[in-house]
Amino acid sequence: MGEVAHSVQVPLNGPALKDMGANCCAGGAMSLAQSSGPAADFHEFIAANPDAFVTRDEDGNALLHVLVEHMHCANCIRTIESTLKSNKAVSEARVNFSTRRLLIRWDEDQASASDLVKPIIDLGYALTPYDIEIMQSVSDEEDRRLLKALGVAGFAAMNVMLLSVSVWAGIFSADMGPSTRDFMHWVSALIAMPAVAYSGQVFFKSAIGALRAGRLNMDVPISLAVILATGMSLSETIQSGEYAYFDAAVTLLFFLLIGRYLDNRARSKARSAAERLLLMKAVAATIIEADGSHRSVSADAVTPGTLVHVAMGERFPVDGEISKGRTTIDNSLVTGESLPIDAKTGEAVFAGTMNLSAPVQVLATKTGDNTLLGDIVRLMENAEQGRAKYVRLADRIAEYYAPAVHVLAALTFAGWWLLGANWQVALFQGVAVLIITCPCALGLAVPVVQVVASGRLLQSGILVKAADGLERLAQIDTVVFDKTGTLTEGRLDLINQAEIQKEDLDLAACIAKSSRHPLAQAVARMGDETGMVVDVEEHPGRGLSTKIPQGDVRLGSREWCNISADAGDLSFGPELWLSQAGRKPVQFLFEDCLRHKAAETIAELESLGLSVELLSGDRATVAADVAAQVGIRQWRASVKPEGKVERLQELKKQGRTVLMVGDGLNDAPALSVAHVSMSPSTASDISQTAADFVFQGRSLSAVVEAIRVARFSHKLVVQNFGMAFLYNAIAVPLAIMGFVTPLFAAVAMSSSSLVVCANSMRLKAKARENKE
Amino acid sequence: MTVLLFLIPIALFLGGLGLLAFLWSLKSGQYEDLEGAANRILFDDDKKL
Repeated sequence: MGEVAHSVQVPLNGPALKDMGANCCAGGAMSLAQSSGPAADFHEFIAANPDAFVTRDEDGNALLHVLVEHMHCANCIRTIESTLKSNKAVSEARVNFSTRRLLIRWDEDQASASDLVKPIIDLGYALTPYDIEIMQSVSDEEDRRLLKALGVAGFAAMNVMLLSVSVWAGIFSADMGPSTRDFMHWVSALIAMPAVAYSGQVFFKSAIGALRAGRLNMDVPISLAVILATGMSLSETIQSGEYAYFDAAVTLLFFLLIGRYLDNRARSKARSAAERLLLMKAVAATIIEADGSHRSVSADAVTPGTLVHVAMGERFPVDGEISKGRTTIDNSLVTGESLPIDAKTGEAVFAGTMNLSAPVQVLATKTGDNTLLGDIVRLMENAEQGRAKYVRLADRIAEYYAPAVHVLAALTFAGWWLLGANWQVALFQGVAVLIITCPCALGLAVPVVQVVASGRLLQSGILVKAADGLERLAQIDTVVFDKTGTLTEGRLDLINQAEIQKEDLDLAACIAKSSRHPLAQAVARMGDETGMVVDVEEHPGRGLSTKIPQGDVRLGSREWCNISADAGDLSFGPELWLSQAGRKPVQFLFEDCLRHKAAETIAELESLGLSVELLSGDRATVAADVAAQVGIRQWRASVKPEGKVERLQELKKQGRTVLMVGDGLNDAPALSVAHVSMSPSTASDISQTAADFVFQGRSLSAVVEAIRVARFSHKLVVQNFGMAFLYNAIAVPLAIMGFVTPLFAAVAMSSSSLVVCANSMRLKAKARENKE
Repeated sequence: MTVLLFLIPIALFLGGLGLLAFLWSLKSGQYEDLEGAANRILFDDDKKL
């Protein structure tokens, strides 16, 4: 292991990193790095001004917090940490793998922040410095607070239960004297009261907040039950009474805190995923000063009329027109077109598209929020605001459950009192009802299912970003797909490899390696390494040329290779030709291949009773072809981002609940307006931010898997609620009649919680079944 | 039943130790990177003391 890690410390360039990734990480993890163009850019890091984020600790050491992208496995952690530690100035380098953060502590006299991180960025990990104050979010604090409360409640529950079991055993064997029982009760009180005072605050605070706002939430009956149970048990203990409910009060807190903690963790995980994506959005632009020198600034700081230099492989930071140079532009993320277009001097370019083949100068016409990209983001934000806030099932139930519980308890108290019991006995019965109805099982019903389901989805490479995403996904009846990058791979693949001679293919691959054009890259992927070194010249919009001992070789368009207009196979769209002296010219044909299992996925979705639709920004012929191949009957082509939003709103008006699956910037507004949304991990950052689910890997079957899990989870949640109600239906009448003792309450409460948990675990069992 | 006077404090003391250990581990950040910890066991080189 040691050797392996050290061998990758040699600075690698982009493509080599991908190879390393393929070796070190299993499955589709690397697809992310491949899709996002240049995996990491040192200039981007410098443009983010890392020195501004450096803080100092007590010993005068410098501290820097950065977010790390493209980190996938143990080897990544190790490589980053050992690379940093090999620098003598560094005293601490620690990766937090769960949150994808890195902390570096070093002596600033010996090295600057950018010197330190350069080797890491060269390895291909994209770094973004961040302000610890901002990222230290409220939910982290909340997490710790809940965990502490949970620990205290757990300790108290165990010890009080130990004492309570002795008391119950004493009642059965009838040989425990009243003084021993009182002693046990007093010890229980001493443990339970501080624990309730500490751990119960979580619920008390929320209950008080709700009451102040004039509402009732689930925390109100919980708080009442816990406080009344403790207070009443204390008064019983003082009067040397037979029954004390200390165990019920603390176990109730313990169980509910488990549910609360799991719920909070799911939410904060979802939030940190979203925050991470937002931070990654920062872009830099290289502007050209009047004296011809280059300067790197933030893209927002560029003003219209400025000359911007855009290197090969960079995204355009502004809208503008090309003032010098000629290149090929990949528009796929913005318009959904799969083929790159040729752009000459004077032609318009848009922010967010990628410059593929040559460096160009662009005269900025629109910048910042006014760009086409800005328009899309604005459209997305409007759509998000328009979406009605979804009320979770558990909250909707609590709305009816909480008042019902209070009324029942009050009626019990009144009933016993009117029937002649003294007020203490009546209160005792009322509190017993509150304790019995307290929603232990209800509190666990959703979070446990959620945790099991998210875990299962994560194993299949699906990240649940929205806490209520699973619930919404279970309700859908329509699925809308985008084409490029969603139904298809979003990249072109060579399809006539069988007809091409191995020699020609390897030669072409060798030449094509130097270009970023998608067609050239498709050729480069297919050829074997020949070890031949060639000096390749790229002619944007036309092709590549080189010299080998046998003569000149050209790889490129039909015109570039001097091929007559009717030669070769004309039925396909994208093509490349290879011409060399003394050999027959060779034609390469390409197609944007469908994602793995695309047709099966569509068929399965339809068999699940969902209607499927295709909304594409691409030309009609291409969209129709793809729709026919995967078996989608309803499709629309040349749809603009606004058009997609309109179509989704139209579907909504028809009463449909829609899952939108898309990857491009042009899909982002549609993703945020849909009932629930999903995007592949190869999608643009903005789309991933907007989506509720992100799936990795090349197979589209993740969509079906997610819907299946969501539906099964929904079924389990409903069953859990059903069981919790059934338990109430049996136990509440008994409590009202006064048959409930602390032992009965403890057994009923624990067993109903266990049944709910066991039922939720079925999701895991089913996952195992599916794998076998 | 005088044995209870010893047993209960002992039980509480041991339970309390467990609680303190938990609070200590929480405070020293051992729950902050559970995924990372799961991966770090794969590093098999010895640390120099």
